[in-house]
Order: sequence, then structure tokens, then C-alpha cells
Amino acid sequence: MTSLPTQTDRKLGLVIDLDICVGCHACVTSCKGWNTENYGAPLSDMDAYGAKPQGTFLNRIHSFEVQPQQADKPAQTVHFPKSCLHCDDAPCVTVCPTGASYKRQEDGIVLVNESSCIGCGLCAWACPYGAREMDADAGVMKKCTLCVDRIYNENLPEEDRQPACVRTCPSNARHFGDFADPESHVSQMVTDRGGFDLMPELGTSPVNKYLPPRPKDAMEDVPDILGPMMARVDDTPTGFLGWLDRTLEKI
Amino acid sequence: MHPAPSVIIFSVLSGLGFGLLAWLTLGLPDVSGWVLFTFFAIGYALAVGGLISSTFHLGNPQRALLAFTQWRSSWLSREAWLSVLSLVTTGLYALAAIFFDTYFVPLGWIASLLSLATVFSTSMIYAQMKTVPRWKHWTTNALFLLLSAGGGALLAAQTTAAWILLAAALAVQILNWSKGDTAFARSGSTTETATGLGAIGKVRLFEAPHSGGNYLLDEMVYRIGRKHRNRLRAITVICMAAPIVLLIVSPLGHLAALVAVVVHLTGVFASRWLFFAEAEHVVGLYYGKAP
Repeated sequence: MTSLPTQTDRKLGLVIDLDICVGCHACVTSCKGWNTENYGAPLSDMDAYGAKPQGTFLNRIHSFEVQPQQADKPAQTVHFPKSCLHCDDAPCVTVCPTGASYKRQEDGIVLVNESSCIGCGLCAWACPYGAREMDADAGVMKKCTLCVDRIYNENLPEEDRQPACVRTCPSNARHFGDFADPESHVSQMVTDRGGFDLMPELGTSPVNKYLPPRPKDAMEDVPDILGPMMARVDDTPTGFLGWLDRTLEKI
Repeated sequence: MHPAPSVIIFSVLSGLGFGLLAWLTLGLPDVSGWVLFTFFAIGYALAVGGLISSTFHLGNPQRALLAFTQWRSSWLSREAWLSVLSLVTTGLYALAAIFFDTYFVPLGWIASLLSLATVFSTSMIYAQMKTVPRWKHWTTNALFLLLSAGGGALLAAQTTAAWILLAAALAVQILNWSKGDTAFARSGSTTETATGLGAIGKVRLFEAPHSGGNYLLDEMVYRIGRKHRNRLRAITVICMAAPIVLLIVSPLGHLAALVAVVVHLTGVFASRWLFFAEAEHVVGLYYGKAP
């Protein structure tokens, strides 16, 4: 049923720390690997060795440049991983005509039942975040499953029972946990660091939260040692350089 | 948004077909026997032909029957139900009218309402999308309904109703454009809200996630050049206005009526193509494509 549950028992999701993501794309690769080899239709690539390669990904890293309002402050680069935010008020679920798209009451994960997906693409239209991609080979909608086949999988060692992207992140920028529990480490991080929602104006109430980059060091009291030495020596040269300058002007 | 031919053909032809059926089930025009049969056949060919066309953009059309299950939440599912209900109700009315010369007037009213409700549910599929600010406006519903009822009136030879409805459709079309052109800016979604980095300063895309294309870019970040947009808008206005002038200045013979219908359809196709091609999806903000 594609009506949303009135509330979910748990709210599993991710915290993504924009302060320490280094933009290495390891999570992209591990996500593609795990989700191609496991649950559902593989994430296909089209024309992989041709002129216009294209493929299905459930997690993609954008990089943004932010220019602070104070003009003298330098711009900063922010690496920005983006995958399904498992919204509480998920518009992708309610538009689905077949019931393939659903949000689980027990843990809040938004999933697609691929055997009832007709591939109409309406859920991808309804998602503001570009979290859903139609697989060009299978003709069904693919999306982040929060690695539902890892997190409850007792055949895996306990430390591997978290989403592939979280497990693989070398800089520890991604964290997995239950947001319904205010004591969980993800809830604590959101409180401590001022975690925020993406496009809150659309009323989707995302479960996943992003932590803002920490303020940059200001370096205001550091004496400028090299600066004076690098200043221009002479604007009106004399001697040989002066002669050269005047001669070149005349030509 | 990507202007998919199957969806454009579907919404234009089905809209026109259901519009015609809505007039026929009201007993207009006042004809019977094989003439009435021909009218109904045209209505069904357009409505059903459009519906069949819509299945061509599905990834797995063999499961299309599942689309009847989620009418509680999904406008696409409601559209599936309403289209079948209206076609069945219309069919019962038409059978009695054509072959038994018996007119079940209340049944006809219900069939007529169901036909319009089907067009309304089609329009809601687009008008509900918060992610496409240009679509999320009452003029989307009004435009679909007026073009359907007006085009149907044109086919059903309801001269007065046709020119009034088509003139209203043209007015709503122009309002839809003028409101739509500022809709994204008014929606409040920016690269800053999309990334949540607005508190620091001005945000721009520094590097895309990949050098190639992807489904999102192909499907939702389609963009039309301004030059073509203005030309297509002019074509739309001219083709929508011409039948109105024809209807007012002279009583239409069969040939003139055919010309009016073809010109009208050209205008609606141009309008519907623009409806998709001009629509900006907020996901473009993540790809440096703010409108």
C-alpha cells in the first residue's frame, strides 16, 4: 500500500558530515558494488566502453563551491554525497500507482518492490533530491535500500551490518543509526553540530541529516612574514632596468 | 522535463477523446443511429488510442494492471480507474442510444462527469508535483479541462460552446505561461536550500558527480532554448486562436470544421510539448541548472 505509515517505530537513516567528506567517491563504488551483486536487479551500465557511458547509481557525490557573504573570505569547496533521504513524508511513495513504492512501518526505510514496479517514473519526478533512477536495462526504479540486506544480515560479521557506504567511508563522514532514539549517536551528532534537512521548504521531512562544514580558521593574528618580501620592488626602475623599461615603452 | 512523445500523444488525444465523449453522453449533438455511432467511434478511438500510447513509456508495461491498486493515494491509479469507469459507463449509454434509440439521461450525465474527471485526474498527476513549480498551479488543471471540453465541443459541432471554451483555454494558457515563468523563483527552492549551505554564502556547482549523463539529467533536466520557446509559444497562440475566429465568423461546413480541428490539434500539441519542455525540476539545482 502506497499510503504512508502515520508513524514508524524506528527511523533508520544516515548522518552525512560535510565537514570531513573528502569527495573520494569510495561510497559510490561500494554502493554500486554491493547493490549490483545483491538485492534486486543489478545496477546496469549502458555503453560502458563506448562514447557515452551512463549507468545507474544510488549514491552520487557532487562538489559545490561556497562563496561566503564577506567578500574578503575565500571560497570553500564542499563535497556533497547524496542518496535517498528516506523521508517521513515521502512524495515518491504516495504517487506510485502500483504499490511498488513503500515506506516500512518498522524502521522507516523507503523501498521499491521491483516485481510490481511498472517503470512509469512518476516517483522519480516526485523526488526533489534525484534519489531514484530508472534502470535502463531492467526498466524498474532503483533507489537506496539503506542496505536492508546488510543491516539485518546475521551471516555478516557484526561490524559489517551497516550500509556499504558507511562501512567503506575512509574519512568517517557517513554514520548510520536510529533517529527516533534521541540518545543514538546519530541523533546526538545532529543536536551537537546543528544537522539540517535538504530543501525543507518542500515538506518532505527527510530522515537523513547533513552536518554543516565547521567554520574555517580565520588566521587574523598571524604576522605576515613573507608578504612584504613578495611585494613589488620598484614601480619606477632606474639604471639598466630603467633604460630597458623606457626603451620598450618607445617601441 | 523530458517531453516524451508517448505521454504528449496520450494526454492530447485522450483529452480530446474524453472531451468529445463528455458532449456525446449529454446528448449533444442531437443525432442518432450510424451518425451517432461514428461520433462515439471517433471519441473511443482518440481516448483509447491515447491510453494505449501512454503504456509505451513504461519500463514494464506487462504489469500495468497493478496500476489499479493504489487509488487511495495515487492520481495515476485514480486516472486508471476513472478512464475505465468512464469508458464503460459511456459504452452502456452509447449502446442503448445507438442500437435501441433509448437515451438514459442520468447515465449520460454520470458518464459525462466521469470523462471530465478522467481528464482532471490526468492534470492532477502534473499539478500535484511540488518538485516542478511551473506545474503546481490551478491553471494546469484548468488548461487540461478547458482544452478537453473545448476540443470536444469543436468535434461535437457545438459551435457556441466551442468558441467560448477555446477562448477561455487560450486565456488560461497565457496566464499559465506568465505565472509559470516566475513559479520557480517564487517556490523558494535555490541551490542554497538544496545543499543547506546558504548560511555560509552563495553556492555554485564546482564539480558534477560524473562526466557523463544519467537518468535524472535525461528525464528531468531537459532544457529548451529561449529562441525556440518564443516561436513555439507564438505557434500555440495562433493555432489556438484560429479555430475561435473560424467558429465566430462563419458556420462551419465539414471541410472548414476539419481544418479547424487540425489547426486546434496542432496548437494543443505545441502547448503540451512546451508544458513538458519548459518545466523545470528542482533536482536541476544539484546539477548547476537553476532556471
